Amino acid sequence: MTSPPAAPASGLHPPRPAASSAIVVELTGVTVGYGLRPALEDVSLTVEGGALIAIFGPNGGGKSTLLKVIAGVLRAWSGSVTVFGGPAGASARRVAYVPQGELVDWRFPVSVWDVAMMGRYPRLGPGRRAGRNDRMAVETALEQVGMAGHARTQIGSLSGGQRRRAFLARALASEPDLYLLDEPVTGVDVTTQEDLMAVLTRESAAGRTVLATTHDLALAAHHFRRVIGINRRVLADGPASLVLDPEVLARTYGGHLLVLSGRTLVMDDAHHHDQAAPGEAHHHDTGDDRQR
Amino acid sequence: MDALLEPLRYDFFVRALAASAIVGVVCAVVGTYMVLRGLAFMGDALSHAAFPGVVVAYLVNAPFYVGAAIAAVATSLAIGWVSRRGNLRGDTAIGVLFAGMFALGIFLFSRIPDYVGDLFGFLFGDVLAISAGDLVGLAVLAGIVLLAVAVFWKELLYATFDPLGAAASGLPVERLDYTFLAIIALTIVISLQTVGVILVVAMLVTPAATAQLLTLRFQRLVGIAFLIGLLAPIVGLYLSYWLDAASGATIVLVESALFAVALLFGPRSGMLRRRVAAPG
Repeated sequence: MTSPPAAPASGLHPPRPAASSAIVVELTGVTVGYGLRPALEDVSLTVEGGALIAIFGPNGGGKSTLLKVIAGVLRAWSGSVTVFGGPAGASARRVAYVPQGELVDWRFPVSVWDVAMMGRYPRLGPGRRAGRNDRMAVETALEQVGMAGHARTQIGSLSGGQRRRAFLARALASEPDLYLLDEPVTGVDVTTQEDLMAVLTRESAAGRTVLATTHDLALAAHHFRRVIGINRRVLADGPASLVLDPEVLARTYGGHLLVLSGRTLVMDDAHHHDQAAPGEAHHHDTGDDRQR
Repeated sequence: MDALLEPLRYDFFVRALAASAIVGVVCAVVGTYMVLRGLAFMGDALSHAAFPGVVVAYLVNAPFYVGAAIAAVATSLAIGWVSRRGNLRGDTAIGVLFAGMFALGIFLFSRIPDYVGDLFGFLFGDVLAISAGDLVGLAVLAGIVLLAVAVFWKELLYATFDPLGAAASGLPVERLDYTFLAIIALTIVISLQTVGVILVVAMLVTPAATAQLLTLRFQRLVGIAFLIGLLAPIVGLYLSYWLDAASGATIVLVESALFAVALLFGPRSGMLRRRVAAPG
């Protein structure tokens, strides 16, 4: 199993509290999608520095699209996206984006160390080799996610949790001010979930901004200060305790929802699924107990 | 020993040896990225697409590699443009352009009124006929390709592994894609004289594919492919000399044989590994 992450407050770089209050991301009336079909419609939201935000909603509801449009890898059809005061993509070196695990070719001939080092490539530039600073940043990042002992392992032989740890290490190594994480703790063991959430909470406390998508409402309620429910439009936005009530969930998940004695069973609408089998049920509970 | 030294008395053989080893190395290095990017089919397409360029160069009495370079680079850019513009899958755009360009080459070739050379040389290469001047040009172009890969290896690796993550962190992924297509096109151009239009894809793909059977470390992958690319042409050229067989085809067969050996006996896929893993 994986070792626990480094002790708290061993952040990669010193806190920059000045950045906390400023607005880091601002979307105004954003519509964007693939082909002819919009995945997001008329989305407006504001994110302040140091925020720790969970974006939840059904599959196909536009969570990943929201991250991509903020990352600047997908251009909005209409509306405006501002990141660090400029257009999306203009401050790319301050942004770390981690895609969903399913999008990665796990047979690719790279080790955990190689993946984390990729976080340094943009600031290194063409023709320049990694120096001592880069190696130290990678080492620290791997320690933070508890992967220092697996640095030489090829990514294909890692467990699901270790894979997510490796990719978070890449994000940490790039020393970003904004994390855009697509399902960073989906389908991982509870220890990994706790470890990675502890890292993200520390980063946010140090003034860096974290946006993470998740299916897991209990996780969102438990670990994130603010949650945004998305199903093509922003359907809920606010502190986790206020947003995650059955009525909001019913709106976000299109009514396919059962409330059973305080626990909530969310039935994803089959039409929203890209990969999952029709009628598949996701079981969530909104309480503190996150063991399924 | 004499058998090894004897052919070296011929200048044409020494030139062919140098040319095919350079081509082998460049193809192997570029091919490693090509295989990781899933662009094997693209390599095949570009080499066929270079054919009309070679024919036109012959018609206007220009150096063949100028025509080949223009045709291959133009096609590689056109493939990217057509698939983006038409919102088509990459392999569809490749299929359309590759067959079209090759047909254009055959069409032009059949229209040459009193052509004395042979189609065989165009299609399968003839490294033994390489001139000293062509060898110098080949070495210069090979140097440019290897330099480009040496400068951009990190960026190409990141953009290959995770294009979205790379783009989001500020790497110019689209420009890297086009740069790499140009690198493939240039590699094909310098390979034409050695192995010709049809067999180039084997020189590109086989060393990297063989190396993939032996390691999952990127640096070692490139290293093994490099060694195969360097040694297989040398062995192949000697074999073709002794057996009096076509040089390009023999070189490719040596690489194919190495791939077969790695597949059967390699640590990752081989039968030995299966037997070790199987008991119990």
